[in-house]
Amino acid sequence: MKPVVSLRGASLQFGKRLLWEDLDLDIRPGEFFAVLGPNGSGKTSFLKVLLGLQELQSGRATLGDRPVERGSKLIGYIPQQKSFAPDTPMRARDLVGLGVDGHRWGLRLGRSGANRRIDELLELVGASDYAKVPVGQLSGGEQQRLRVAQALATDPKVLLCDEPLLSLDLHHQQAVSALINKQCHAQNSAVVFVTHEINPIIDYVDRVLYLAGGRFRVGTPEEVMTTEVLSELYGSHVEVIHANGRIVVVGLPDATTHHHADVHATAGKVA
Amino acid sequence: MDADSIIGAIFSFENYGELLVLVQNSIWAGAVLGLLGGLVGTFVMKRDLAFAVHGISELSFAGAAFALLIGSDIVFGSLIGSVAAALLLGLMGVRARDKNSIIGVIMPFGLGLGILFLSLYEGRAANKFGLLTGQIVSVDTVQLQVLAGAAVLVIAALAAIWRPLNFASVDPELAEARGVPVRTLALIFMVLLGVSVALSIQVVGALLVLALLITPAAAALRVTSAPVAVVALSVVFAVTATVGGILLALGGRIPISPYVTTLSFLIYVVCRIVGSVRAKKGINGRLVHAR
Repeated sequence: MKPVVSLRGASLQFGKRLLWEDLDLDIRPGEFFAVLGPNGSGKTSFLKVLLGLQELQSGRATLGDRPVERGSKLIGYIPQQKSFAPDTPMRARDLVGLGVDGHRWGLRLGRSGANRRIDELLELVGASDYAKVPVGQLSGGEQQRLRVAQALATDPKVLLCDEPLLSLDLHHQQAVSALINKQCHAQNSAVVFVTHEINPIIDYVDRVLYLAGGRFRVGTPEEVMTTEVLSELYGSHVEVIHANGRIVVVGLPDATTHHHADVHATAGKVA
Repeated sequence: MDADSIIGAIFSFENYGELLVLVQNSIWAGAVLGLLGGLVGTFVMKRDLAFAVHGISELSFAGAAFALLIGSDIVFGSLIGSVAAALLLGLMGVRARDKNSIIGVIMPFGLGLGILFLSLYEGRAANKFGLLTGQIVSVDTVQLQVLAGAAVLVIAALAAIWRPLNFASVDPELAEARGVPVRTLALIFMVLLGVSVALSIQVVGALLVLALLITPAAAALRVTSAPVAVVALSVVFAVTATVGGILLALGGRIPISPYVTTLSFLIYVVCRIVGSVRAKKGINGRLVHAR
């Protein structure tokens, strides 16, 4: 099948900090593709390249048959969960509505079409009951369901997700990742899922891109999530333990990614 | 002054019918500005620009005072001042914290300049005072036409960018990802805001612009989150405050602005009470299924 996302010889560097170099990658429709790595390894920058918000140093990135561009209709985007202020003047259905026609000029005329689409999307993610509740009064999990509905508004061929499960409880992690997986298979969309935690999506993932220390590795979770591969990426010994279908990485070095302000200690963290 | 004469100064309805005819233009001007303030105000609230409005109005005041001093057109002067301030804020203050400190720097500077120009001015004292507190009683037909024309332009421009501006205001990160020109829209809105402030200053004065551009929208947001209802209520509240304020002020001897600001304030208080009663009862639109 023709790939929907392609990178050829892609390199990205901020100042002296190399994120990755010479990255060749094809993501096919219907593929659930996870991007893993410690903080500051360039996971979010990877998404920004696909969104057309970040230029590559060298190489090229294409979506469908065309170079990546800002505002591409092929893309749906689920941002990191960031709670809305309690008095944000917007209801759940208005948030979804932004995905439907928020980018168009002028006023929304002929409301019924947009309203029908919004109702469909709310139904799809199981958010109909709180359609009219101000977003600021919803829980993080509920807000993130709405983000999924919002991202699906245009029937995207590629669904880009930036840590969509962050700060959700286990129940909502499962619900939101199942929704995303459903879109992946039902609509044959490619999913690019950035996360530092593979376990909530381990059952869905087809391939992973693991970024660390300016190096990367692409492959199935079985190929990449091993003691040998990760030790090589990190340049020091880390232990990968498989237990009950979960993957635990032990002994991650501190600040693997150079001198970046928001690099947190990741030692001993489940990855 | 005893209580009766104070009340007489504030409320008096002698010869009301004749006065009404005389101030027709002012009432129309009030309605137009209410409409404009109600519409623009909803975006001011969504973009968290209340403080910016205050900053812009001080510079607008400086522009108007300068125009008064050199004998030029006051409306034009205040327009220059407020659009310049709005553009400056739009270009420099990208982040909220930046924006607030820049406003804090600009505001006293603008006010200081305005006071300087006014002290140098040797004309009628009423003109000076009017810039700060409003002078809607003296709107002539030409002024009304200019005002209405400018308001129509601002509203048309706002309608043209309505959806993407709303997207960029409430969900900027995603709007950016969807290709909405967030920066450009921010600048366009600042210009529209600058023009609206300059127009409003003619009625309520530089010190009280917030009553027209903030209070009605803030009140509407206390009672609803539905976008269409917010806009409709905001406009209704703003028009009620301006037109109602003018009608009440007719008989009295004091300027119009206290009436407008008081009405505006009362509407806000009522909305706040309604909003908090509903919040207490837990009414927020969620459907609860019987178990």
